[in-house]
Amino acid sequence: MDALVSINWVLLAASLMVAATPILLAATGELVVERAGVLNLGVEGMMILGAISGFAVGVRTGAPILGFAAAALAGAALSLLFGLLTQILLSNQVATGLALTLFGLGLSALLGQGYVGIKTPVLADWNVPVLSDIPVIGPVLFRHDPILYLSLLLVAGVWAFLRHTRAGLILRAVGESHDAAHALGYRVVAIRLAAIAFGGALAGMGGAYISLVRVPQWTEGMTAGAGWIALAIVVFASWKPWRVLLGAYLFGGIAVLQLNLQAAGLKVPVEILSMSPYLVTILVLVIISSDRSRAALSAPAALGRTFHASS
Amino acid sequence: MRQAEGMLLEVEGLTKAYPGVVANSGVSFAVAPGEVHALLGENGAGKSTLVKTVYGLIRPDAGRMRLEGRDYAPASPSEARRAGVAMVFQHFSLFEALGVAENVALGMETPPPMRELSGRIREVSQAYGLPLDPERLVGDLSAGERQRVEIVRCLLQDPKLLIMDEPTSVLTPQEVEILFHTLRKLSAEGTAILYISHKLEEIRALCDAATILRHGKVVATCDPKACTAREMAEMMVGASFAAPARAERPRGAPLVEVRGLSMPSANPFGTPLREVSFSVAAGEILGIGGVAGNGQDELLAALSGEARAAPGAIRFRGADIGGLGPVERRRLGLCAAPEERLGHAAAPDMSLTENALLTGVVREGLATRGFVDWGRTRGFAERIIRAFDVRTPGPGVAARALSGGNLQKFVIGREVLQRPEALVVNQPTWGVDAAAAAAIRQALLDLASGGAAVIVISQDLDELLEIADRFAALNEGRLSAPRPTQGLSLEEIGLMMGGAHGMHEADIAAAHEAEAHAG
Repeated sequence: MDALVSINWVLLAASLMVAATPILLAATGELVVERAGVLNLGVEGMMILGAISGFAVGVRTGAPILGFAAAALAGAALSLLFGLLTQILLSNQVATGLALTLFGLGLSALLGQGYVGIKTPVLADWNVPVLSDIPVIGPVLFRHDPILYLSLLLVAGVWAFLRHTRAGLILRAVGESHDAAHALGYRVVAIRLAAIAFGGALAGMGGAYISLVRVPQWTEGMTAGAGWIALAIVVFASWKPWRVLLGAYLFGGIAVLQLNLQAAGLKVPVEILSMSPYLVTILVLVIISSDRSRAALSAPAALGRTFHASS
Repeated sequence: MRQAEGMLLEVEGLTKAYPGVVANSGVSFAVAPGEVHALLGENGAGKSTLVKTVYGLIRPDAGRMRLEGRDYAPASPSEARRAGVAMVFQHFSLFEALGVAENVALGMETPPPMRELSGRIREVSQAYGLPLDPERLVGDLSAGERQRVEIVRCLLQDPKLLIMDEPTSVLTPQEVEILFHTLRKLSAEGTAILYISHKLEEIRALCDAATILRHGKVVATCDPKACTAREMAEMMVGASFAAPARAERPRGAPLVEVRGLSMPSANPFGTPLREVSFSVAAGEILGIGGVAGNGQDELLAALSGEARAAPGAIRFRGADIGGLGPVERRRLGLCAAPEERLGHAAAPDMSLTENALLTGVVREGLATRGFVDWGRTRGFAERIIRAFDVRTPGPGVAARALSGGNLQKFVIGREVLQRPEALVVNQPTWGVDAAAAAAIRQALLDLASGGAAVIVISQDLDELLEIADRFAALNEGRLSAPRPTQGLSLEEIGLMMGGAHGMHEADIAAAHEAEAHAG
């Protein structure tokens, strides 16, 4: 077990949060979309478009924060295309979402042609005063960039919004039964479009986090399935924000750990190590949500169903 | 304009047309404060369109409304709610996965904070004899309790006008009594009630005035207390019609026997069946009543073969069929017609011919060696259309294009024409107009006269009393012991159905007492 000894666990724990943040952002956004009753399978496409938009603007302006803003706008714009097709033109959500992913991958490859191999200015870490000096905990928790802290705030914010605000209640109601919500006079399509745009913006920021912070450079197809794992996490987390956080950090943790194990030369085939984050995350979340009757309860009842006001 | 001093709501010449159908045509009526006003009419007469217009869900093409003497044209339900109009929907506008208080908050314009709201829900529900626990999940409530949620939601807004769209169709007789008590109390306090129903006896017991609609037009107004139910029915239909004739039938040997059938529900908010036992003889009609959601869908699934039962729980002519699927059961002679027409009993986007094939393929021999005989199939569909007077251009029309009543006739006819030895139907005349309902009931009676065993699951008690030989009720997945319908009183039936759900005897007694004082 020399491999395990040679790993720097403090560094690993610190990079875990960085590795998890793209998925956490995308999954938090998708959670809101699905709670409003919309299934947007285009998360991967919105993430990769966010990755290139954020990278391009970050490189041009030299300000990574502007890159994140651009990525959010690009993700929201692409998601509103999905919104237009599914909510107003009533197209099938599954097919449209899949097409959105393919479209995003292609468009990002086109936009990114001049950006391969360029370096971007780095987003400065924000050392929390006093707390960041605590040994072990300081470097792990309190020496990160502002977007990482924002992602945690967003999880708390989404939880509080859904649980404690009237707007959150209305959003859940729309996801539960669009017909009943319409009968009570709520504007189902407008509420869903807003949720879709929010989800798109967060997916875009998640993508930009990969290209501006985690890697940081641009390569084609660099999101590498992060959007799909975000989608899976939302479902297996039973649409609960704190479980999404757990799932994302578990995935990030295993992803970082397996890289370290590879570097340390553990005698396990690389392929198995590479697939381990996906396997472990899904396994753990499946076990958490294994009570079938309760899982069915927490799923938004109108998820993926097309709404058409017939009267 | 007609001079109507002191009227709460005046509707003048309201017209609303949809492509191909005029839902309302020049409808005018007026409601006084505190009046209980009935809107009567067959399915499709335009009652629902009319009240949705008053509630701001539909914008009329022409006509005007006045509320308390001021012009009233609500653009949305929230505008209507602000003006003092509240509505209890026919198909509940509730969210099953949310709590009672959350559901109430969603229907209010400016709800107070949750804790305060829970207190007010308790207060109002006690004051009107409608006990409710604000913390419970709506999905776990009975139909009667769900309706209380809707009513309490309306009452919390102190409405001037309360619209109720067929409120009693899902209630036990005891629950209907409690509801009427509440409505009379509201009316005495000055709240006007616009009451939609086609149950004429209820309207005679409750309403002060009635407006009768037919094909979107007002055809008559009357004082329901001075009219007989028969007179009102003929005004609704525009003609007199015959009640189904019931012939004496010889009773044969038991055909379908169910012993100790217990089964979980496929639906998370469904009701599991618990130790259900009964038997039906050849030539007999067994009526199974009960409030919706007490195991009806599960019982139909168990009998049709959609859900498999434990060995020995279901026997057909003495043979165990619990493990057989729907196709094998049909081959043996046990056919079924479920409740939901679109999506369960019929495939909405397929033609009537294709739908005829779906259940008729085995008994009618519509396929040979896996190849469909479309000529015979079309012939079978045409026979159904002729025999059951299905109004449609032809068998090539998609099931979705038929009106509810016509599709229901097709769905029932498809099973009856397969000459089943036993037939199970759930809600055979739900949403069907009176003439078509009479035809469907007659077909079921004729089938039984021909020696078939018929099981009718229905929430329409009058229907069951009219055609069934014996009656049993489902309550929370348990079936009461079947009793002969002859001589069964409404009171006894109500108790078999479980009385008033979620109410204690004391509450009912208190409600009675309050009624006695009020009257």
